[in-house]
Amino acid sequence: MREVKAERITEAVKRLCIEANSYLSCDVKSCIQKSCEEEPWPQAKEILERIIENYNISDETGAPVCQDTGVACVFVKLGQEVHVDGDLNEAIHEGVRQGYTEGYLRKSVVRDPLDRVNTGDNTPAMIYFDIVPGDTLEITVAPKGFGSENMSRIAMLRPSDGLEGVKSFVIRAVEEAGPNPCPPIVVGVGVGGTFDKAALLAKKALLRPLDQRHPEPFWANLEKELLEEINKLGIGPQGFGGKTTALAVNIEKFPTHIAGLPVAVNINCHVTRHQTEVL
Amino acid sequence: MPINVKAPLSREEARALRAGDSCLISGVIYTARDAAHKRLCELAAKGEKLPLDVENSIIYFVGPTPAKPGQAIGSAGPTTAYRMDAYSPTLISLGQTGMIGKGKRGPEVIQAMKEHGAVYFGAIGGCGALLSRCIKKAEVIAYDDLGAEAIRRLEVEDFPVIVIIDSEGNNLYETGKKNYLASLEG
Repeated sequence: MREVKAERITEAVKRLCIEANSYLSCDVKSCIQKSCEEEPWPQAKEILERIIENYNISDETGAPVCQDTGVACVFVKLGQEVHVDGDLNEAIHEGVRQGYTEGYLRKSVVRDPLDRVNTGDNTPAMIYFDIVPGDTLEITVAPKGFGSENMSRIAMLRPSDGLEGVKSFVIRAVEEAGPNPCPPIVVGVGVGGTFDKAALLAKKALLRPLDQRHPEPFWANLEKELLEEINKLGIGPQGFGGKTTALAVNIEKFPTHIAGLPVAVNINCHVTRHQTEVL
Repeated sequence: MPINVKAPLSREEARALRAGDSCLISGVIYTARDAAHKRLCELAAKGEKLPLDVENSIIYFVGPTPAKPGQAIGSAGPTTAYRMDAYSPTLISLGQTGMIGKGKRGPEVIQAMKEHGAVYFGAIGGCGALLSRCIKKAEVIAYDDLGAEAIRRLEVEDFPVIVIIDSEGNNLYETGKKNYLASLEG
């Protein structure tokens, strides 16, 4: 058994919240850069240049890239040889509390979906645990903005809908979202599992670096094909027209029931944020 | 060349703007999001005085991050505007002439814009760090309890926007996409 103190977890989560919101990761930046170089529509290119200017300002000053510093989605891979000294859940919430308060990040969480009173410190975090072999604890903080979250969709397709059904559902979700989720977007897709599992797969798909395709060639090709199709829609950066509607399509899949074909589409904006630390 | 727009914005000036125009806004604008809009419309329904001067106003749909020491405001990009669709027609009928946001608007808003002469500007979503540089002064004037959603009076200089929907109902989301796709066929 390896002991990890709850305070260390709080410290890590705090730092990850601040860094994720202030600095875009290299894969996202180079993907935006490449899209800008390849964008044929002048107005669209101009928007992409502004987006690059914006994350450069954040790199220099540490100012949050976007004012929607999101709800803190925290993914924990907990080694089964690890013993946490203290309350693990509370340690994470406390990290979010400190990160959002001391880091001058926006508090965007309400305590009840209907009475809508702000909790004032961006807690609670949305926490997901995976128990894995080993003696390390890996924490990923992915702040998620709701302009794009609100445009996400899920469908329980029939097995007979097959590959074509999956493709058309994903493309329709992007088309209907149009300018709302701040394109260029990143499209996370979850296929299979159950109703809830598909949604979680879609969210986890957004954590994968944008330059990394699915390890299985069939799914990697589907990701490329969907990206090409989406970038023929003409929505463009901010929806003002152009090629660059999406930066990447990331798919995660899982076995499912003989009667079902769940498909979830979790859309993220160009400010796709995640930072990881292994304790 | 971008068009210089002064805020407050008269109906006449609002009517002169066209979808696709690049503009730089300077002057005084107000911030409001969902929760503040709800309160404003509840006051209006009771016939009470609003905490901001709606006549000729431009309202920016934004909830900024907190200002760090020495800053006027934190990051401050636009939020998705359709959530304000339930409230905007009321405020437009009371004299509001401009909205700054991002994303689609409903027919009821466009109808009110045509009827009264108002314009919907888009700022670049996800560029909060860049846009905050054009905000020189920010002051909470109402609903402090709402935190990021409080109503603020902003003094802006050359704040960059594009007209998405004009007072005739022309819509850049439709024409921009159409023109780009047509350019591929040529």
